[in-house]
Amino acid sequence: MTLRKIFTLYTACFLGVTVLLGIAESAFGLSQRWIGWLFMGLSLGIYIVIGIITRTSNADQYYVAGRNVPAIYNGMATGSDWMSAASFISMAGTLSVQGFSGLAYIMGWTGGYLLLAVLLGPYLRQFGAYTIPDFLGARYEGNAARIIGVVAAITCSFTYLIAQVTGVGLIVSRFIGLDFKIGCFVGLIGVLFCSVLGGMKSVTWTQVAQYIILITSYLVPVVYLSFKLFMVPVPQVMYGKVMQQNSARAIEITADPAEKATRELWKKDADEVAAKLKAADLSYAEKEKLTGAKKKFDGLATAPAKEGAKVANYLEVPKGVKMWNFLALTFCLMVGTAGLPHILTRYYTTPSVREARTSVGWSLFFIALLYITAPAYAAFARNAVFTNLVGSSVDKLPAWVNLWQPAGLFSIVDKLKDGVVQFADFVVTSTDFVVLATPEIAGLPFVITGLVMAGGLAAALSTADGLLLTISNAISHDLYYNVINPKATLTKRLIITKILLVVTALIAAWVATVRLGIIVEMVAWAFSLAAASFFPVLVLGIWWKRANRPGAVAGMLVGFGLTLYYLIGSRFFGVSWFGTNTVACGVFGMPVGFLTTIVVSLMTAPPSQAVMDLVTSVRYPKTGQANKGRVSFGVEG
Amino acid sequence: MLTEDQKREYWRYNLRLTVILLAIWFVVAYLLAGYFAATLNHISFLGFPFGYYMAAQGSIIIFVIEIALYAKLMNKKDLEYGIQE
Repeated sequence: MTLRKIFTLYTACFLGVTVLLGIAESAFGLSQRWIGWLFMGLSLGIYIVIGIITRTSNADQYYVAGRNVPAIYNGMATGSDWMSAASFISMAGTLSVQGFSGLAYIMGWTGGYLLLAVLLGPYLRQFGAYTIPDFLGARYEGNAARIIGVVAAITCSFTYLIAQVTGVGLIVSRFIGLDFKIGCFVGLIGVLFCSVLGGMKSVTWTQVAQYIILITSYLVPVVYLSFKLFMVPVPQVMYGKVMQQNSARAIEITADPAEKATRELWKKDADEVAAKLKAADLSYAEKEKLTGAKKKFDGLATAPAKEGAKVANYLEVPKGVKMWNFLALTFCLMVGTAGLPHILTRYYTTPSVREARTSVGWSLFFIALLYITAPAYAAFARNAVFTNLVGSSVDKLPAWVNLWQPAGLFSIVDKLKDGVVQFADFVVTSTDFVVLATPEIAGLPFVITGLVMAGGLAAALSTADGLLLTISNAISHDLYYNVINPKATLTKRLIITKILLVVTALIAAWVATVRLGIIVEMVAWAFSLAAASFFPVLVLGIWWKRANRPGAVAGMLVGFGLTLYYLIGSRFFGVSWFGTNTVACGVFGMPVGFLTTIVVSLMTAPPSQAVMDLVTSVRYPKTGQANKGRVSFGVEG
Repeated sequence: MLTEDQKREYWRYNLRLTVILLAIWFVVAYLLAGYFAATLNHISFLGFPFGYYMAAQGSIIIFVIEIALYAKLMNKKDLEYGIQE
């Protein structure tokens, strides 16, 4: 059977099962708990079966899926590797609150693929190593660059991994009713089955299967909503109208006297907290808590449109420092995307340079399907709040509000005590309800909610797969094999990799169960750190022959260090350059990393002729010494 | 095997293409969808304010087209020089 047939059949089966469950729900009253279990059990089951079928102990298969994944499937795998719990669950919610400013995520997380396509992807494929530190070790002659690469790769990937495990735990606990901690470990079983048994090969094919589930489940509710409102099932086009309605409604709400009175009350609360904050002897925890409360009250006291304005704040483009932060964040996310090791290694798995180029295109195409839908999701959800929540009576809330309020993501506070829900009475603690609750907002059967759950699980698990593999390969292949014991046999290396996978997964699950609130923030930091440490040395390594070892080592250290300095300084100690937010900390580290690499390289001796030839060879497919990865790049430093 | 001249030509073509694509990328992401978005919002496009549209969808669609174009042109160039894999 061809791949196309297999995956068409698979998609048909998946849709068939969804429809059957839907029929079972409406005709036989299948309970929500059962639907949740079935969706989780079936999807995890599929991933485990794929893991068993594709198990392997061959190095090429294990590290780079035998380098024979066709461009389109590699694109799908990259899509699900890339789209994490954050993209799937949180992005539309963020947009529904932040409006234009939130679009930095949409552009940042897609625009990086162009950098990847023209600056890195095809050349790394031509080079043909197993991991990104491998490339650094060979290009920059020795273990110094390789080891920094390993440290940076583990730092970025691990923080990102914890967030995925947290996502898995949340989904499992909310829909299945298992304890959050158990949920984290249950999800990991699915991940481990794939990566331990078949490394990159299993992970790739599981990710393709996961992409199909995640995109279907993302599109179904919003397509249905669009069809219900406009009789046109293309939400990506129709939401322009919804946004205009929302904008008009926001202006109306701003002028409403009851709404104004509610905002005044929140303003009073905010002022009270501000006064408390001025007290000198506050502990750090108290201060953080009060700052959080002030931010919340300020948000509620802000009108959805300016007095007498023609458009809602939602559509308003930020100005001044806010514009700078918008651009800086977009930049960090773009460059970070192009520097994240778990994405870069995906282009090692294509059969040729040609396929690598095409594959980046497919990757972005598959990612774009979800990303251009997210703003539509946000607009429809906002519309639901504006039209069927605001103005309703507190005793008779819409059904979806009653269903979701116990989850604690939002609450209705009748601040004026007039029995009517004002927009400012809608207190949102987490915007994550947007994607998860939309099926119910649209009045869809619970089976669709189950589908969305399976999609969120697929998004989190597929990213966790890729990250776990990157971490364990960095330790076993780069650190153990290339640095500590180059004589290790393949069997020994693979055993170590597999043990590391299990250990890393367990540590990640354990850290996730501690529930550090800061983890979500750390994901954004991972991008800045990747942007500052990897991007300059990778780009210069390919595009500038003169870049040498001291330059790369200095560039990585300075880029990583400066970013870390600004990150910690601005988050905890009030450091501020040009008013830049902490999330955009890489905007300084990245250019300085470039500059340092260039200056130090020029001040020291040029790299050896062998390395210069290597750089030449990656520029011309088929001509040079580029290999298929059978030669190990354990260049002794 | 390529001659030195061919190598230079091939690389120059690649460089030019890369620079053009990155220039478009910069203009779209940082000027149209960023710095000048407020001004462009006065124009309506498919029922959207144009600046918002560029940031939410337009830029992404352009990025996809750019990468597809890059892959197509470079793959064609490889065939022309006989260095496809």
